[in-house]
Amino acid sequence: MLHFSRFKIGIVAIVCLWGVLATLPNLLSSETLRYWPGFLPSSQLKLGLDLKGGAHLLLQMDADELRKDWLKTLRGDVRKQLLDAKIKHTIGQSGNVLRVKAVEAAESAEVYRLLQALPQPLGNAFVGTSGYDLEATQASDGFVDIGPTAAGMTERLSHAASAAIEVIRRRIDAFGNIEPIIVRQGTDRILVQVPGFDDTATLKKLIGQTARLTFHDVHNTMTAEEARQTRVPIGYVIHPDQEDTTRELLLKETPVVYGEDLVDAQPGFDQNTNEPIISFRFNQKAAREFARFSSQNVGRPFAIVLDNGVIEKKLADGSIEKTRDVKVVSDPVIREPILGGSGQISGNFTVEEASNLAVQLRSGALPTTLTIIEERTVGPSLGADSIEAGEMAAIVGGFGVAGFMIFAYGLFGIFALGAVLFNLLLIVGTMSAIGSTLTLPGIAGLILTVGMAVDANVLIYERIREEMRNGKQPISAIDSGFSRAFATIIDSNLTTLIAGIVMFWLGSGPIRGFAVTLSLGIFATVFTAFLVTRLMVAIWVARQKTRKIPAPL
Amino acid sequence: MFTGVDFWPHKKIFPIMDVRRTFVSITIGMFLASVAILATKGLNFGIDFKGGSLFEIQAKSQDGKPGVLDIGELRQKVGALGLGDVQIQQLDKASDALIRIEQQKVQEGQDPERAQQAAAEKVQAALGENIEIRRTEVVGSAVSGELKWAGIMAVTFAMLGILFYIWFRFEWQFAVAAIIATVHDITITLGVFSLLNMDFGLSEVAALLTLAGYSINDTVVVFDRIRENLRRYKKMALDQLMNLSINETMSRTVLTSGTTLLAVLSIYVFGTEVIKGFAFAMLFGIIIGTWSSIFVASPFLLWIGVKRDWSGIAKSDKATAAAATARS
Repeated sequence: MLHFSRFKIGIVAIVCLWGVLATLPNLLSSETLRYWPGFLPSSQLKLGLDLKGGAHLLLQMDADELRKDWLKTLRGDVRKQLLDAKIKHTIGQSGNVLRVKAVEAAESAEVYRLLQALPQPLGNAFVGTSGYDLEATQASDGFVDIGPTAAGMTERLSHAASAAIEVIRRRIDAFGNIEPIIVRQGTDRILVQVPGFDDTATLKKLIGQTARLTFHDVHNTMTAEEARQTRVPIGYVIHPDQEDTTRELLLKETPVVYGEDLVDAQPGFDQNTNEPIISFRFNQKAAREFARFSSQNVGRPFAIVLDNGVIEKKLADGSIEKTRDVKVVSDPVIREPILGGSGQISGNFTVEEASNLAVQLRSGALPTTLTIIEERTVGPSLGADSIEAGEMAAIVGGFGVAGFMIFAYGLFGIFALGAVLFNLLLIVGTMSAIGSTLTLPGIAGLILTVGMAVDANVLIYERIREEMRNGKQPISAIDSGFSRAFATIIDSNLTTLIAGIVMFWLGSGPIRGFAVTLSLGIFATVFTAFLVTRLMVAIWVARQKTRKIPAPL
Repeated sequence: MFTGVDFWPHKKIFPIMDVRRTFVSITIGMFLASVAILATKGLNFGIDFKGGSLFEIQAKSQDGKPGVLDIGELRQKVGALGLGDVQIQQLDKASDALIRIEQQKVQEGQDPERAQQAAAEKVQAALGENIEIRRTEVVGSAVSGELKWAGIMAVTFAMLGILFYIWFRFEWQFAVAAIIATVHDITITLGVFSLLNMDFGLSEVAALLTLAGYSINDTVVVFDRIRENLRRYKKMALDQLMNLSINETMSRTVLTSGTTLLAVLSIYVFGTEVIKGFAFAMLFGIIIGTWSSIFVASPFLLWIGVKRDWSGIAKSDKATAAAATARS
């Protein structure tokens, strides 16, 4: 056990050197790091939110709302399809499907045939499809049922999630110099982490703007008052004006274009009247739609509607009233067909209103309402306190363990401490290199590793002492001490590794940080106890001048 | 050369297995007491598992330095908001306190997650200028339910993993005895958390898992020695053999527990509020884990019984041992 080939010594030396070099960047300022040679590891350890300070928000998407929105558009599509074919029909709703029935029973087969054109294949055209987004079935009672499939809903949710992530990123980026981490979690959640920024009130305001912009057709003959007095035509809704809420407009429910389709919006001034305006540009698809719509409706107004989401209001009797806050931002008249996909909105805005609206338009609307279901923030001062406390604990714990080891094992105790030091360097170096995050539980994991790393050495040394008590010569005692302790160390460390892996697998955030340091610590412990300590002991044995070496322990 | 102080009385063999009934009675007593207190009083779940809000606050004096917090005034301010159960706990420093708000109860049709957010905002607004909020945690009911489930799953899977590993490396009897010892450790630690009314959250689950690993680690060291001695002393009575194995490894067990305890103690003493519960669980767990690997695991192994003939098993182990002896 005490013989090392040159090759093995080389490997141990290289690994230890790597540990040192990978840890070093953490001790340097970013200024110095610029002159650091490119071939050396240069990534620094990332500090977790609990140490650096920052905010962690877990957002829940509203799948029900997505489904409702979808059914609403579907209703419009169905109506259009059947009206084009001049089929009189009724559309009802039951759960998650629309129930369509032809007034003339003879036409129900035709309804089924027409509605079967609506489902679109899912997935990637290159990979092949895995079904359709909608499903139309012929019910026995003469109805044709059409509604989203489970796979279609999953895809819609996943599109909504990526859209929402993009929107949140743009909003936070627009806010300023902070670097958010925004990822999807599970099927319907989004995790937002913003290190170094603990002003959650602002953050929530940025994320929480559920404002949704849509462009609607205004009813060409009937006014809202007339509709109120008689009845609202099917497919139309009444929304109040934002400025003057007594003024109401009768609008087509299905929008012509959605705010998501805007690619740019900038505040500006009208060249003629000098009043604040917003100039905007649509994407290709929406541009085509809008070109068609605007050329058919020159001289008529269209409405830009802002949907602020659901607002809860407490009534006098203590009950809660939920209303949807939907307002017409402006209803400009189409002066000429908007063919190129860009245009401008004017609507008695103040300069500030125009620029606010432009920001909202630009950052796009969230495809669904997001609810905050978990919030954790740590202020920077507490983070600094935590780091300080962690350092203090590490220093005191480290010195305590060091004193203990030297007291119990003398020179060999120092060898063990050398091994523990390399152990720590390897853990921190690896964590820096793989871009892992150091959290407060992570620091606890490091300190715990020191305690447990010492264990491997204690096992070996106690075994050596035991062999010597049993009458063995120092060299053979050292030899069998290492070889016999090996199986024990592997067994005992692997059980802890199992716990570590389970924690990583099931844990979230801080627990993961702990699991990473603990698991890395186990690998580093086995390596350092078996190669680094042994190498140091082997060198010590080789340097003894007499053939009969003194008792080491 | 200084070779260290070997303070352990190696010559003395403690008759632990002779008095195993006493130790096992003590341990079963502690175990049953823990089960009883867990069943009646239950764990004081933190907001990770129960849902709710938590604020760690610090009072600031005029010059921006930590001032002195008026707990009475704070209690009045936050209590007046009508947010249900509110706990205010003074921390070590006179300027620092924790505020806990229970999961908000909602009326039919109201969104509980939004109510939770609204309550948190009310508290933040009520605290005023001179109080800095250093940490906020708001956990909704959906997340807390999932975290609870994840915690239970984590402990179960870790135990199963360990069980199979020991089964694979030793024999099933060892695995069962080791798991009994670990379940014992976890239960008693939980019992202490319940008794002292300490918050039990996600980081405490991490501490439990670590302690399971640590306690098994200790037990495996003893079992390893038992297996080795089973091969060496084929005729020795089982209880004597176990006693010898425990004694042979006791110096190591005590030394390691000592160093690890030192490390964890420094975390407990210097750590901030966030890490205190974790460190406490570890601190207590190391002590109870050491106790169980010395006094609990082996007696149970004796009662379950082990196979005496190990000659055909683990040839490779034997071969290395033989090789080591031959070289010396």
